[in-house]
Amino acid sequence: MRLFLVIILIFCTQSIFGQTSKLVKVGVLKDLIEKKSDQIQVINFWATWCAPCIKEMPLFEKVHETRPDVQVSLVSVDLNLDPNPAKIHKFVERKKLKSTVYILDERDPNVWIDEIEKSWEGAIPATLIVNTKTGKKNFVSKELHEGDLEKLIDEVK
Amino acid sequence: MKRLIFFLLAAGLLTAATPEKNGYEVGDTATDFKLKNVDGKKLALADLKDAKGYIVIFDCNTCPISQAYNSRIIALNKKYASQGYPVITINPNDPGVSPGDSFDKMVAYAKKKDYTFPYLVDETQEVTKAFGATNTPHVYILSKELKVLYIGAIDNSTDENAVTKKYAESALDELLGGKAVATPKTKAVGCTIKWKNS
Repeated sequence: MRLFLVIILIFCTQSIFGQTSKLVKVGVLKDLIEKKSDQIQVINFWATWCAPCIKEMPLFEKVHETRPDVQVSLVSVDLNLDPNPAKIHKFVERKKLKSTVYILDERDPNVWIDEIEKSWEGAIPATLIVNTKTGKKNFVSKELHEGDLEKLIDEVK
Repeated sequence: MKRLIFFLLAAGLLTAATPEKNGYEVGDTATDFKLKNVDGKKLALADLKDAKGYIVIFDCNTCPISQAYNSRIIALNKKYASQGYPVITINPNDPGVSPGDSFDKMVAYAKKKDYTFPYLVDETQEVTKAFGATNTPHVYILSKELKVLYIGAIDNSTDENAVTKKYAESALDELLGGKAVATPKTKAVGCTIKWKNS
């Protein structure tokens, strides 16, 4: 019984504090973009080395916390530069990120960039906003500022 | 008639919905430019009289991906300048937005890295717009006649240990061998261009 409680406790703590970021293949992201969902999908591509990405991150966290009609996914492309994900886990923990964080575990960007968005040349920050029910999309490859994200979301609603 | 109006409307909507395509595509002919080099002198591609073609790379001081590729860019020039394809780097970033990419910092960076090739500044960002560059680093291989022969990445991994395809080198080797470029357009992870605040 005691063991059971301990397990429950560990489980709860983990879900409250820092979920671990999952290593994913591009297919997981394609599902987010293509599978019908009640929520607007906001998929942001970032890396720990990308200063403008880190600057705009609070905008995504705010949308995640205040808009139940939106699902935010923060996709790290760090492994392209450094194959060790430790830096990403540390960053997510330090920033106490609440949005779902994925670590893209793909090798050749010339292959996976097109699978996500044909008009994207691969520069980050980049953000894809999809209404999976209507197929309406917005894609931007630049740093967002206060108010930009809400506007891009509303445009696909 | 109704059908025609509908068609025109639909065409109009389509055009409005498609983001405008800026810059060069493979096969286009580029326009030469004259930009200030880190030595203070203005340089045009036409000034490089012995070149058979050009490896134009939009690059900067501050982007961590550019930094990771720096030695590979130096190596590209070392290998291909003597074969007629020199590297010309252009910094597209606005120093107001990215202070680390100011002209003075460029001069210091080129000196520190012993650049043996031009490092030009695109102050108005007009050349960057004409090319349609979006990333640093972003490679454009041009013929002597300025025909765009290749656009994209240096290779397929910023982590040098994981490189399996050297896209730019393959393109250059094919050109030097008198062949067409097999993969003339590639993509890579990079930094966005730091545009002037409008």
